[in-house]
Amino acid sequence: MYTTELDDNKKKPATVPSAPEDPVRLAAFEARVAADDFIEPKDWMPEAYRKTLIRQISQHAHSEIVGMLPEGNWITRAPSLRRKAVLLAKVQDEGGHGLYLYAAAETLGTSRDEMIEALHSGRAKYSTIFNYPTLTWADIGAIGWLVDGAAIMNQVPLQRTSYGPYARAMVRICKEESFHQRQGYEIMMTLAAGTAEQKRMAQSALDRWWWPSLMMFGPPDDNSPNSAQSMRWRIKRETNDQIRQKFIDVTVPQAEAIDLQVPDPALKWNETRGSYDFGEIDWEEFYAVVRGEGPLAKERMNARVKAWEEGAWVREAAMAHADKRRVRAAAE
Amino acid sequence: MSDKALFEYACRLGDDSLILGQRLSEWCGHAPMLEIDLSLANIGLDLIGQATHFLKLAGDVEGKGRDADALAFRRDVLDFRNCLLVEQPNGDFAQTIARQFLFSNWQELLFRDLTRSRNETIAAIAAKAVKEVAYHTRFADEWMVRLGDGTDESRGRIAAGLDWMWRFVDELFEVDAAIAPLIAAGIGADVRALRTEWDARVAKTLADATLELPKPRRATLGGRAGHHSEHLGHLLSEMQFLQRAYPGATW
Ligand SMILES: [Fe+2]
Ligand SMILES: [Fe+2]
Repeated sequence: MYTTELDDNKKKPATVPSAPEDPVRLAAFEARVAADDFIEPKDWMPEAYRKTLIRQISQHAHSEIVGMLPEGNWITRAPSLRRKAVLLAKVQDEGGHGLYLYAAAETLGTSRDEMIEALHSGRAKYSTIFNYPTLTWADIGAIGWLVDGAAIMNQVPLQRTSYGPYARAMVRICKEESFHQRQGYEIMMTLAAGTAEQKRMAQSALDRWWWPSLMMFGPPDDNSPNSAQSMRWRIKRETNDQIRQKFIDVTVPQAEAIDLQVPDPALKWNETRGSYDFGEIDWEEFYAVVRGEGPLAKERMNARVKAWEEGAWVREAAMAHADKRRVRAAAE
Repeated sequence: MSDKALFEYACRLGDDSLILGQRLSEWCGHAPMLEIDLSLANIGLDLIGQATHFLKLAGDVEGKGRDADALAFRRDVLDFRNCLLVEQPNGDFAQTIARQFLFSNWQELLFRDLTRSRNETIAAIAAKAVKEVAYHTRFADEWMVRLGDGTDESRGRIAAGLDWMWRFVDELFEVDAAIAPLIAAGIGADVRALRTEWDARVAKTLADATLELPKPRRATLGGRAGHHSEHLGHLLSEMQFLQRAYPGATW
């Protein structure tokens, strides 16, 4: 998921190539992209394209990894053996997504360690959605339904993104995301049809996750300066607002089907547009969360940094052992 | 063969897998590296799957309408039948690996035996599980060697992890009156007969890891009779929270 433009773009200018590119190569590159050719790691590419991709893919990878935390919060408390197994498998999938994506980004000349360092130092961003708490079991349903649902909307177009390794990672990932979305919705369906207490949990989860889910698609198009370039380079294939609208149109009937209220009094079917009109998104909240001021931003980063630092001796041991083996093999 | 003995035995098998699976799932999202995170989750998933099958068998044999979830989420400490080893806290990664190493090597031999059980359900569960556990054993063995023959720090940590876990080894090879008839009937495995092979496997990996075999010590027993450590109650209070807080709800 989580491929939105997350820079606090009020502060930062769009990426500018450091040196002027060879116009002939650039024109050839642009023509290939326009013809829907895949760009592969060995191909020449403009520096700004490479940088934008590294930023986007690594943000996406970080989001998968940080995203393990809010759901991981409920694995040990899942209410049945089946739910526990499904959730553990789902969170494991997200880790796998992180792994493919780090590998895809590495083909652009960065390393996983560098990317992780950028995350831990706060330079790299991850999806704003994971800075919200999972309070009840229903939040696990809401995340699968809404967050993975939004991820699918974001990612399906990226299966045709111009960079080959990224597009191929997306194909694998999208298959799993639709399973995640279904299991989440099924949790919500069960709770919504359950006891009064369960129904309350489900409604509360929708109330709390709805707006942050809409923010996952990123700022509105008129405030998304890098979008046009990314669209032209086919790094992005649909605008933030287009995907957001699609998500709302698909999700509202799903909420109605299980008798839950979408927390937006302005939500209304618009016959002329063939889409739902919806209320104003609190962009101030979005930018605050992007800046690292989300409710659980500190907890999420602490957890990642703690796991990384406490695991340092394990990684060192693995490397030391591999070195010893190499030396021994060479001596034989 | 009384159903009571078979119920007891299925609970022991299921609870070992369930409690260790629960412990491993605590690591999810917090492991030293992504690859380890995925491996621990994989092993945890296998164990939870095994637990589901064994506890279903237990419920069926008991015939009181309890399913696997009822057994997992609505028994208290005294009725849990897992060995003490699996309920030990994760500690650092070395302690987790030491626990996995001792347990998976044992469970692999156990399941290999149980593929020949006269109880078809047990034999079928074991036949599937023995392949899974062969992977768990390899994972744990490899990490024992990396940590033992890695850095001074990793060596110290894995030695401490083994030292923590070693007192719970003898319990794995204990046979009591509750299951003796099942062994006689060819349904249960005689774990006493597995000790020599287990000792050889463990000694081999420890030698590869340049680690010493821990010194013999007095065994800590009791898990099979429901006399657990203090750790299990906390594990259960977390695992069983929703089922306890909202009795009768469907999830
Ligand atoms: Fe994912
Ligand atoms: Fe997902």
